[in-house]
Amino acid sequence: MQKRQEKRTGKNREFLVIMYLFLFLFLALIAYFVYFQVYKSEKFINSPYNSLQDLFSEHVIRGDILSADGEVLATTKTGKDGTETRSYPKGRTFAHVVGYDVNGKAGLENQENFSLLRSHEFFLKQIGENLAGKKNMGDTVVTTLDSRIQQLAYEGLGSFDGAVIVMEPETGKILAMVSKPDYDPNRVKRDWESLTADGSTVLYNRATQGKYAPGSVFKIFTTLEYFRENPKAYENYSYDCSGEISVDGQTIHCAGNKRHGQETLQSSFSNSCNSSFANLSLSLNRTEFKQTCDGLLFNKNLPIAFESSKSSFTLSDKDNKAMAMETGIGQGKTLVSPLHMAMIASAIDNDGILMRPYLVSHVQNDSGVQVTGNTPQEYGRLMTEKETALLQKYMRAVVTEGTAAKLSGQSYEAAGKTGTAQVSDTSDTTNAWFVGYAKKNGYQDIAVAVVVEKSGAGSTYAVPIAKKIFDVYFNR
Amino acid sequence: MVHLIVQASKYLMIFLFLFYTYECFHVFHYEGKEKEQRHIYKVQRRLLFIIHFDAFLVLYLTTKNVQLIGFYLMQLIVLLAIFSTYHLFYKHASELVLNNMCMLLAIGFIILTRISIVQALRQFIFVCGGFFISLLIPLILQSLSLFRKLTWLYVILGVGALGVVAVAGKTSYGAKLSLSLGPVTIQPSEFVKIIFVMFIASMLYMRQDFHQVMITSIISAVFVLALVASKDLGGALLYFFTYLVMVYVATRRFTYFAAGILAMTAAACIGFKVFSHVQARVQAWSNPLAVIDGAGYQVCQSLFAIGTGGWFGLGLGQGLPNKIPVVTKDFVFAAISEEFGGLFALCLIMVCISCFFMIMNISMKLKDNFYRLTAVGLGTLYALQVFLTIGGVIKFIPSTGVTLPLVSYGGSSLLSTMIVFGIIQGLYIMQFDGRAQKKEQKLKGAKGHAKKTRETYR
Repeated sequence: MQKRQEKRTGKNREFLVIMYLFLFLFLALIAYFVYFQVYKSEKFINSPYNSLQDLFSEHVIRGDILSADGEVLATTKTGKDGTETRSYPKGRTFAHVVGYDVNGKAGLENQENFSLLRSHEFFLKQIGENLAGKKNMGDTVVTTLDSRIQQLAYEGLGSFDGAVIVMEPETGKILAMVSKPDYDPNRVKRDWESLTADGSTVLYNRATQGKYAPGSVFKIFTTLEYFRENPKAYENYSYDCSGEISVDGQTIHCAGNKRHGQETLQSSFSNSCNSSFANLSLSLNRTEFKQTCDGLLFNKNLPIAFESSKSSFTLSDKDNKAMAMETGIGQGKTLVSPLHMAMIASAIDNDGILMRPYLVSHVQNDSGVQVTGNTPQEYGRLMTEKETALLQKYMRAVVTEGTAAKLSGQSYEAAGKTGTAQVSDTSDTTNAWFVGYAKKNGYQDIAVAVVVEKSGAGSTYAVPIAKKIFDVYFNR
Repeated sequence: MVHLIVQASKYLMIFLFLFYTYECFHVFHYEGKEKEQRHIYKVQRRLLFIIHFDAFLVLYLTTKNVQLIGFYLMQLIVLLAIFSTYHLFYKHASELVLNNMCMLLAIGFIILTRISIVQALRQFIFVCGGFFISLLIPLILQSLSLFRKLTWLYVILGVGALGVVAVAGKTSYGAKLSLSLGPVTIQPSEFVKIIFVMFIASMLYMRQDFHQVMITSIISAVFVLALVASKDLGGALLYFFTYLVMVYVATRRFTYFAAGILAMTAAACIGFKVFSHVQARVQAWSNPLAVIDGAGYQVCQSLFAIGTGGWFGLGLGQGLPNKIPVVTKDFVFAAISEEFGGLFALCLIMVCISCFFMIMNISMKLKDNFYRLTAVGLGTLYALQVFLTIGGVIKFIPSTGVTLPLVSYGGSSLLSTMIVFGIIQGLYIMQFDGRAQKKEQKLKGAKGHAKKTRETYR
């Protein structure tokens, strides 16, 4: 009997092999399906391409968007006849970051579309409403935005075009995000034609999608690269600035042709001396320079769940010396977004570690019970502690003895880098930049990036906006 | 109120189908206990009819289309007819395979009716035709032992049909799959795969020496290359793997199998380099959202549907399955997952596994080597096709463009699968009859003996 059984299983061995093979394949298939539903599906559900999201609006009233301090940024008003209209009580101040929900979607209205259209009301209430033929109330999205800082940033830009972004280096929370020119989100439908007219960039969020020449702000990267290539010798760097430098027929001027005289690396940085930086750029290894910039999030998608553009940096041995000098002082072909610069300032303040920037604190149901929450997440280390210590020291010197002196002598300790970037090679019009951070005991540090288009020098136009924000933030 | 019924039905159908699926495997617990098993099969049939009714109730309430009531009754009649004819004429058919076949057909009816009534009606007609053909198959199998001798006829028919497609076929989605004959289009590779399995079985059931295996391999290669020429690479994979499994089972040499898998991997790499539409599909698989405006569109729509449906689904009629291109054919699984829910979809996979295990179980017990090999080949075809289609839909593997047997829309696919199930039933009946004859003889002998003893004592 036993023998016969052996013979039988022996005879059917191949069948068992095939059956186990398929069993394995099917189990892997099922495991992947479960994995997709549990971990991966969120990414697809929330994709703005997912047209299924809008089905939910048949049974759910689109939820509210709130600022961190409880101000209503977007809400749905239902008329007596049942028509729903989206209303933005804060109007233009939050236009780009909150976005709109007609003729397509933008901003948080786009990114958080699915959360706003899901209802996590108490289930008996939901069933009751279903029976009564009423819609359920959608969830509320609570942002990290601070309405007061946003207001300051918005007013600070005044009638200039540009962008301001404020974030907490230690958490990655974005406190303010302003882009100008702005629009009235309550009137998007009515104004659609003029908003989208040829050449109009009103709907474009410059804070995250703008691509600007960084100007002298880029000296942060040039300095870091010089330090990486000369870890000891950087202290011995010296340069005698005569107000301009000429190499191969290309002349680079310091701002206002100012002679800075004898300089170290630190004073070159705090004076924002173009001649000195053009000079040291010529000595840099271009392949390594590119690697350093790539490591600092150039040429890649920024780690944020929000519409944003890639910053670009290219420099290779094929470029001539003029291009190397231009690149070293932030002109050349380099383009950056204000968000990217704010993230770099944050990482420097946070001892080299970048936290992923985020805009949504949590999602709650309409009675305030939290449904999902975001917690600060580390993206990774961008610089060593030694490197950040050096940059911190240099950026502090910009405030104490350099181009951002307006920020010195305050109750808080500010550090940063100004920039005055030419809009194009042929024009003398400049964009004003300030990128930096400030700290004070008892407060969370904050980092800012400010761009004021077609204004003038960074120290004159961008630094005062940062100062206004710091003054209010650290005095409450 | 309608909304509430739709939502409640969603959970009810998931529960009922979970129960059904559980019974598919639970039944093996009662091996040899016929009464209990029969009871379970009865429960399964009831579950099937309740799911079918509930689904059509929801469809009717959401669309208010009166035609649906008539269509429901027509489907009900055909399903009842399938069950009762089998019970009447083939008492010894495998009830589990029968139940599963009808369950898959019913799910196909429901989802097709929801997506496109026109296609559902055509599918209905094909089911009627397929039912009729599959009913005759066990009869033919029993009375003709000719099938093992038609080796070269299979080759001529099979290679001929595939060759005609490669030359004159209609191109859709980068591959030539179908032939237009007046008003109907047929997909010959669906039928040729059965012929292909019978060809290999007829080659290898008697002799498994190297010479015989080589001839089989060369002719199989012709089949596969004919499919490659039509750029039907999903089909080529299906045929090649089935060939490998059958050679392995016939020769009992694992080295053949392993070498074949290596060759398949090499061929896949070459295919990737040579065919641009393979590259596009691999790209769409590795990061569909990046190429959503092109090759990734279909997979993205499928994943939107599956993801948004979640575990419990959106409810029948509540999703947007029509957003997915060719949703009724290759991507029907996505539509099911979207509206019936991920749990329901998982049960569907389990039912398909149950079908495959039954086929393998039957083939293992067959004594006749020709039928044994045929059953293994058909089982492999079925399982691999399920794996390829569902894997492609959920982005586990690149999509290969094969359909979900019995559920997807398409006459050729449906008819060929019903023929496969018919053959399996025929083999099951044959094996049962073989056993029954022996049992009867034994019983007769025992009875005769008893009679004798009684007589002597009289």
